[in-house]
Amino acid sequence: MAKRPAAVLPAAALRVVGRPIPRHDARDKVQAATLYAADWQMPGMLHGAVLRSVYPSALIRRLDTSRAAALPGVAAVLTARDVPNNTLWTDVPGQTSAVGALRARIQVLADHVVRFQGEPIALVAAETPEAAQQALEAIEVEYEPQPGVFDPEAALHPGAAQVHEEGNLLARWHVERGDAAAALATADVVVEGTYRCQFIDHAYLEPEAGVAWIDADGVVTIRVATQVIEHFRDVADVLGVAHNRVRVIGTYVGGGFGGKEDVTVEVFLGLLASRTRRPVRMVWSRQESLLARPKRHPFLLRYKTGASRDGTLTAQSVELLADSGAYAFLSALVLMYATVTAAGPYRMPNASIDARVVYTNNPPTSAMRGFGAMQMVLGYESQMDRLARRLEMDPVAIRARNALRKGDRLPVGQELETHVAVAEAAARAWAALGPRRAPSAPHRRIGRGLACNIQSYGRIVWLHDWASAWVGFEMDGTVVVRTGVPDVGGGQASSLCQIAAEVLGVEPDGVAVHIGDSALTPLAGTTTATRQLYMSGNAVLQAAAGLRAQLLPVAAQMLETPADRVTLRDGGAADAAGRRAAWPAILRECARLGVPRSFLGVYHAPAGDPIDLDRGGGRIFPDYTFGAHAVEVEVDTETGAVTVVRHVACHDVGRAINPQSVEGQIQGGAVMGLGYGLMEEVLLDRGVNLSTNFAGYLIPTALDVPDVEALLIESGEGKGPYGARGIGEPPIGPPAAAIANAVEDAVGVRITELPITPERVARALGLLSAG
Amino acid sequence: MAELTISFTLNGERREVRTAAHQTLLALLRDELGAIEVKDGCGEGVCGTCTVLLDGEPVSACLLLAARAAGREVTTVRGLAPVGTLHPLQEAFVAHGAAQCGFCTPGMILTAYAFLRNHRRPARDDIRRAISGNLCRCTGYAKIVDAIEAAAAEAAPASPAAGRG
Repeated sequence: MAKRPAAVLPAAALRVVGRPIPRHDARDKVQAATLYAADWQMPGMLHGAVLRSVYPSALIRRLDTSRAAALPGVAAVLTARDVPNNTLWTDVPGQTSAVGALRARIQVLADHVVRFQGEPIALVAAETPEAAQQALEAIEVEYEPQPGVFDPEAALHPGAAQVHEEGNLLARWHVERGDAAAALATADVVVEGTYRCQFIDHAYLEPEAGVAWIDADGVVTIRVATQVIEHFRDVADVLGVAHNRVRVIGTYVGGGFGGKEDVTVEVFLGLLASRTRRPVRMVWSRQESLLARPKRHPFLLRYKTGASRDGTLTAQSVELLADSGAYAFLSALVLMYATVTAAGPYRMPNASIDARVVYTNNPPTSAMRGFGAMQMVLGYESQMDRLARRLEMDPVAIRARNALRKGDRLPVGQELETHVAVAEAAARAWAALGPRRAPSAPHRRIGRGLACNIQSYGRIVWLHDWASAWVGFEMDGTVVVRTGVPDVGGGQASSLCQIAAEVLGVEPDGVAVHIGDSALTPLAGTTTATRQLYMSGNAVLQAAAGLRAQLLPVAAQMLETPADRVTLRDGGAADAAGRRAAWPAILRECARLGVPRSFLGVYHAPAGDPIDLDRGGGRIFPDYTFGAHAVEVEVDTETGAVTVVRHVACHDVGRAINPQSVEGQIQGGAVMGLGYGLMEEVLLDRGVNLSTNFAGYLIPTALDVPDVEALLIESGEGKGPYGARGIGEPPIGPPAAAIANAVEDAVGVRITELPITPERVARALGLLSAG
Repeated sequence: MAELTISFTLNGERREVRTAAHQTLLALLRDELGAIEVKDGCGEGVCGTCTVLLDGEPVSACLLLAARAAGREVTTVRGLAPVGTLHPLQEAFVAHGAAQCGFCTPGMILTAYAFLRNHRRPARDDIRRAISGNLCRCTGYAKIVDAIEAAAAEAAPASPAAGRG
């Protein structure tokens, strides 16, 4: 465990942390002064484009680029043959390599075989976007369509088409605790349910984009919208150059949500810039993004839950089957997150969880906010509600009876070391719904639903995660923070400014933050896994505290007072009597004495050995965030339409570094969860994507959702700076299950498949014929 | 390819440009005139990120041929306030945390700006209806509605004496 720096103060004494202040990047963003990836231009810049497979499963019999290459204005046409190392490994991206058995191959450009519709086959770079498009059209591809497999259950049948040589089963995790079968056999009540959730898309407003150029000393430099600047290593490996010859500059990202966690354009840009020795820009269209980018995993969830008559849970048996699509990407890890949380945020003496993820010829699936854990909420919270109904118990009471508490163990064996707010969050969210409203029309019914969740923050402990940050003073007393954090819109960088300002006694606007450059900022790891405030926040805290400790003795000497009597505030240092030394004077004195004016902080997360899930081993994640959402819905009994009229989301955030940002994360995550619950679905027909534009792929508009009320619990017990917990992913978990529970409360039918469309509800109500 | 010369006003400044007849206003603004404050989110008129004001009315620049702007006034978010200063609506977006990733923000602000000119004290539902053509994936909309509501309140104090129509 890292030592808690002495500069951490109790909440009452905090000056900057905990204030809901506007973010440092907000003024730029409202003026559209922020330069996103697609806004960047270079002299002599070419335009890159990708040729993609039209079939979900086919052999490439002939690939002829000669006509395309001969077109005027075309600078390069590349195929698999031109890629020095045509394999991307599906390692966990970031600073830590080697998860051993989880490695699997992805071809950079399709080599003889395509496994999903939209798979990249060739790249072009041309003088104009139009010339690039013409070149794509001039590439001749002869396909030999192959039988594919498009259903995860069918993929496991003997004789199913094989997506990869190793077989269609990509990964399997198993957790046993106690004896679930025996406990189910003797339980007073057993509730069974099968649930299905769908493919969805991240649908950030900013499509994937970047610009690459060859900089001084031959360094391939790529300015790209990414959550992971450490992909510079993947680019180097594909190009066959040293890692220190590739630099990734992360832009402010126009939304990530996990969709910019795997590589997007950066490898293609590296290839094209290296070949042409000219700057190249690549911007994917919305249609391209929806067609070919990895999606959220659909799951089939089979639950059996046992309880005693008083509502105490005795067993949870879960079978999971997830669709990885055509490539592994992060599927094995997504499945692990699902496995670890599948039993729910409840005390579970007996659990049996069996989880598999399989290849199909559907679009690949990978990281998306909630990362396997969020899909489980539909399962365990639908089960809880069914159980409550069977036992005629109140939804809050049954959850309170079973809620995990500090000191309890998860089925994988991990002990919960910090406050667990499940029961408290459920009670607060439910109470905040207020009086039940009347239906807006006689054929409409009001219903209420509750759902709690558990979501980890920080990476798996055996990845030995770390983050670094440099904090320094300029001679005029302004502060600089340098850290390799990608800011994807969650206020990642701004929170770091607040932490540095707090420790150093300056105002947040006196701090400049430089982020996301793999060559120039100390690496901080990925903006994924709800880890950035936790990890980089701790790194900045450590750096600022280290710097403070260096400077205090200098100030003390100038003020002729003991260092522990010196406070940093109002542009300098002051002693107990109010004598002051301004920062420029202190820093000049530091220069004279040779005292450094900067500090590099490196935060190492609590680490552990790999555990064997089968045998249960103990710690797997650093910690977890818990919460509960309560919704009130109105269901139209003539159309099946469900409207969420009230939504309260309550999470233990540990400590809100910036309450405005925290509320924004909770409200935004909840609405994304509502979209998942009510309307979003990537429709596929035997691997062919039918949802390749925004007119067909619907995400919530302002009219589709209510004002989400965010309730913050500040237990102060998180493992982030000042006791903060991660809150990026958790709020997306509960909404879909809460809606399903509210629909049953309203009209007495249980919807088990997402999204909960009017058609599904109408069918359940018997308004439509089956089939 | 047919080309034509058009002139129009961009943020109060008269511009005369050659443009291909099939060119969209979005492509003209971003690629030819450097107006990168106009964002490209879907290219099919659904997401609203490319919203500009055409003679004061919000339009999707990706659906409008550039030639249709001839003789008209085009306003982007940079046209709302002098360089380096913010319009009160922009100030409200900052104060209320209405911009997260910021990609939808320019279009969202322009839609809200046009709406507020004709609606002095809108209800939250009216604000939601007004911005329903501008998608946001980050905020869940609540803080955007907060900001627009606050800007409206500031522009039109509740006192009955203050208002005309």
